[in-house]
Amino acid sequence: MSADTQGQQHPLSLYFKVWGVLFVLSALSYMVDYLQFQGLLRWSLILIFMFLKAGLILSVFMHFAWEPITLRVALLVPTLAIPIFIAFMAIEGNYTMTSRLMFLAG
Amino acid sequence: MTEMNSKPQGYWQHLVIDWSADKEAFKVNWGKVMMWVFLVSDTFIFSLFLIGYMNVRISATEAWPLTSEVFALVVGGEHIPLLLIAIMTFILITSSGTMAMAVNTAYQGNKNATFWLMIATAALGFGFVGMQAYEWSKLIVEEGIRPWGNPLGAAQFGSTFFMITGFHGLHVTGGVIYLTVVAIKVKLGHYDKKGFQIVEITGLYWHFVDLVWVFIFAFFYLW
Repeated sequence: MSADTQGQQHPLSLYFKVWGVLFVLSALSYMVDYLQFQGLLRWSLILIFMFLKAGLILSVFMHFAWEPITLRVALLVPTLAIPIFIAFMAIEGNYTMTSRLMFLAG
Repeated sequence: MTEMNSKPQGYWQHLVIDWSADKEAFKVNWGKVMMWVFLVSDTFIFSLFLIGYMNVRISATEAWPLTSEVFALVVGGEHIPLLLIAIMTFILITSSGTMAMAVNTAYQGNKNATFWLMIATAALGFGFVGMQAYEWSKLIVEEGIRPWGNPLGAAQFGSTFFMITGFHGLHVTGGVIYLTVVAIKVKLGHYDKKGFQIVEITGLYWHFVDLVWVFIFAFFYLW
């Protein structure tokens, strides 16, 4: 636990590498829009680049990868509620849309 | 305690022992744990905003305005889609890099480098907020976008845009103030005895603001 009492110390070279990768990933996600990819290809590319960027920031810049398992579990488990809520609200949104088209159109 | 430590501990045994024993569960700096707890709650707030945005965008019967066109910039007579947002993204990533370096130099005891790196981070954050102010005024004045409607399509575009980017901008503004205060306190030697964990904690907040922007960029601007 010596690393925890003294704080997170990692070589600068690691930060520079991650920094570079984040720049490349950002440029790639911008290219998705610039090249006007559409449909499934666009959405999957957006999500892949987003999760890669978020994962790098969280695990390296925020040192999450080196925190003790107890802390990691305590912080990650509550966020599992988010995908469930996303699913509920997507279903609800589709229902609202269908109702609007059925009863408000024309 | 010695008896407990003498047993070989697996991954999950470690977790059970940490949580069930009558002692400190998280063997890290308490300020860091508190910042993490705050960030988890903030994660929920931003998730709710983005989920709300998803919900109204799915259920909108009018066409959603094309973000690629709305946020385009004209540079030298050329029309470049989403350019301003791309520049803002690069500024925020750069500031995350300088912040990570500040944490490193702080633990090495290099107060001068830490001060300047944190000030650089705050300056980049200030630049980000400035560009956001420009973006907002352009949208309000030139495009006529209001929280209750806009001439480009679905009325929900305005309300979700101002709410999500406004709340994020507020976080960046708060972060700039937080960074500046901690940087000055580092320079004045307020943490010489306490240790420089505060720089790491401030960094956590700043990286989180960048993390949230990754999701806003993907879902609001690119989707």
